[in-house]
Amino acid sequence: MAEFAVEMKDVLKQFVTPEGDVLAAVNHVSMQIRNGEFFSMLGSSGCGKTTSLRMIAGFEWPTQGEIYIEGRAMGHTPPFQRKVNTVFQNYALFQHMTVFENVAFGLEMEGASKDEIKKRVARALEMVQLTGMERRRPRQLSGGQQQRVAVARALVKVPEVLLLDEPLGALDLKLRKEMQLELKALQQQLGITFIYVTHDQEEALTMSDRIAVMSKGVVQQIGTPVEIYERPANRFVADFIGESNFFDGTIKTLTRTEARVYVPELNAEVTGLPVSDGLANGEEIVVSIRPEKIHITEKDTLNTNCFQGRVINTVYIGTDTHVYVEVGTAKLKVFEQNRISRLDPGAFYTVGQEVSLLLPPENTLVLKKK
Amino acid sequence: MLQRLRENKSAQGTLLALPTMLWLFVLLIVPLVLTLVISFGRRSPDGDVIFTFTLDNYIRLMGYHTDCPGGQSRCFDPIYFHILWRSLALAFNTTVLVIVLGYPLAYFIARSHPRKRNLYLFMVLIPLWTNFVIRVYAWMMLLRKEGGINIALGWLANLLGIPFEPFEMLYTPGAVLVGMVYEFLPFMILPIFTSLEKIDNSLFEAAADLGANAVKTFLRVTLPLSMPGVVAGTILVFIPVMGTFIVSDILGGRQVILVGNLIQRQYLDARDPTFGAAASLILMVMTLIVTYFYTRRFGFGEEIVAV
Repeated sequence: MAEFAVEMKDVLKQFVTPEGDVLAAVNHVSMQIRNGEFFSMLGSSGCGKTTSLRMIAGFEWPTQGEIYIEGRAMGHTPPFQRKVNTVFQNYALFQHMTVFENVAFGLEMEGASKDEIKKRVARALEMVQLTGMERRRPRQLSGGQQQRVAVARALVKVPEVLLLDEPLGALDLKLRKEMQLELKALQQQLGITFIYVTHDQEEALTMSDRIAVMSKGVVQQIGTPVEIYERPANRFVADFIGESNFFDGTIKTLTRTEARVYVPELNAEVTGLPVSDGLANGEEIVVSIRPEKIHITEKDTLNTNCFQGRVINTVYIGTDTHVYVEVGTAKLKVFEQNRISRLDPGAFYTVGQEVSLLLPPENTLVLKKK
Repeated sequence: MLQRLRENKSAQGTLLALPTMLWLFVLLIVPLVLTLVISFGRRSPDGDVIFTFTLDNYIRLMGYHTDCPGGQSRCFDPIYFHILWRSLALAFNTTVLVIVLGYPLAYFIARSHPRKRNLYLFMVLIPLWTNFVIRVYAWMMLLRKEGGINIALGWLANLLGIPFEPFEMLYTPGAVLVGMVYEFLPFMILPIFTSLEKIDNSLFEAAADLGANAVKTFLRVTLPLSMPGVVAGTILVFIPVMGTFIVSDILGGRQVILVGNLIQRQYLDARDPTFGAAASLILMVMTLIVTYFYTRRFGFGEEIVAV
């Protein structure tokens, strides 16, 4: 077995727009997807995730660079000769065939015997809990069932890699959550490499072993869900995954492990911030802190990294109360968990109230401006 | 009154459909019943209809004459039977040829770039802007002995140094077939194009993804999904070809007589509307039977698949 299930090496894909401009949908992307991994490509539309997936499937060919599947360079290998299968965004089921015929199609193309086809289709349908639906037409199935047929049709061929292009996008929220867990369980049970394209960060965080966050054809960060959320590589990732408060700042003093940063908006210095490599004294940077990591108290304290502010808005959303606080000219968003059951939605904080915010240095990140 | 009409949706529908229903009743149902009545009548010596009930016209169509040489009361002459059979065969051949020629073109147009697609469709439709009869005459100019095709072939033969004798192409069954195919090709291309265009591109990708090469993708996915278009086109081509008489009149001369020509001549030349009416009804029944069995096998083309 090759070291990586799929490897993209410096892949460039250019398209010519109708106006005649050359557009790089995928701009020199390299990534290595390990065997048996649940790997997600996450980004908003136009970030290059679907184009990358289509190049792995063989529907598009790279303008430059090379894609390896199980160590073999793919070049211009057509899709029907690649050992990968795709679950399409709109399922792309054959409406003129029954569920059985849809799932059997790929096996017929391999020239499998009738008996073998019967056995394998039955097993695949059992896997996605569609036993008994063999003779239905796709049109007679619900969206979730069609989705399962699409998965069974791809998995029945026992691909080395399964490619999923926003497969849950058309389902309603509750069904989507169910299917997320089911797909994840299926992947763990089969041990097949899944490459999953989605624009839904929660979906990616829930399912993936590793995530590649993409933007404008470029990979911004590859990492585990925890790494991506807790240690975003740059402002884009911090902004795209979850929510964050950002402040422009300047590094005042820099040691090997800590930085002291002046933030004009707060008209104050934030100290003891953990730093990564590649920062310089005096550099213009971005300070980032997630709303749930800020401590909010009613007391007036004078600790370090503590700032006095005034509540300008509160929003009760059930699990949390979002508190918007003005500090200097900066507006901060703070998520406060509703640990105590009270009927008054404004029980904790009211507009105009004076509060103090603590920015714990270990949770406050220094990001390159880029 | 108005208030009640506002609340009654089904009365509104009836009211809206009324003009068309009246039109169809006066111009379709009434003439059809009249034709049926006339077909059971008898021709008077000066060409009028004597209303009575006789099956003579139908018996004659089946090939049995009452005025026979040699004083027999009934004799068999298969001429009308031949005409009916010839019409059926020609309609069948035309339809098959039009599918064979039209499908690849429709496929090409459906797969072409959207911006070029309209241009190609436009080109398919351009001939329809010229009068039907004029287009048939144009074929006459091409097919006759001194016509365009023979001139071109003669020039080519001369170039290659082969002796050349102009072909007799006009007034042959082949000429009628060519004319029919030409006239009805657009009516096959358009419905096939429509059903091909509706097939989502991801279905071709899915087929390729599952291991099908281009040929298998076509046979297992494209062709079955475009069958509604083929069926619709077949109905649009087969039925008019069965009944038309202009093409065979101009390109077939006296050599290729179809049911359409027979009917036309009974009404105009032979002044026997009763026999013409009987032939019309036989044509209608034949067309209905063929269409019935055809659509029972392939559906009405209504199962257009959209993804």
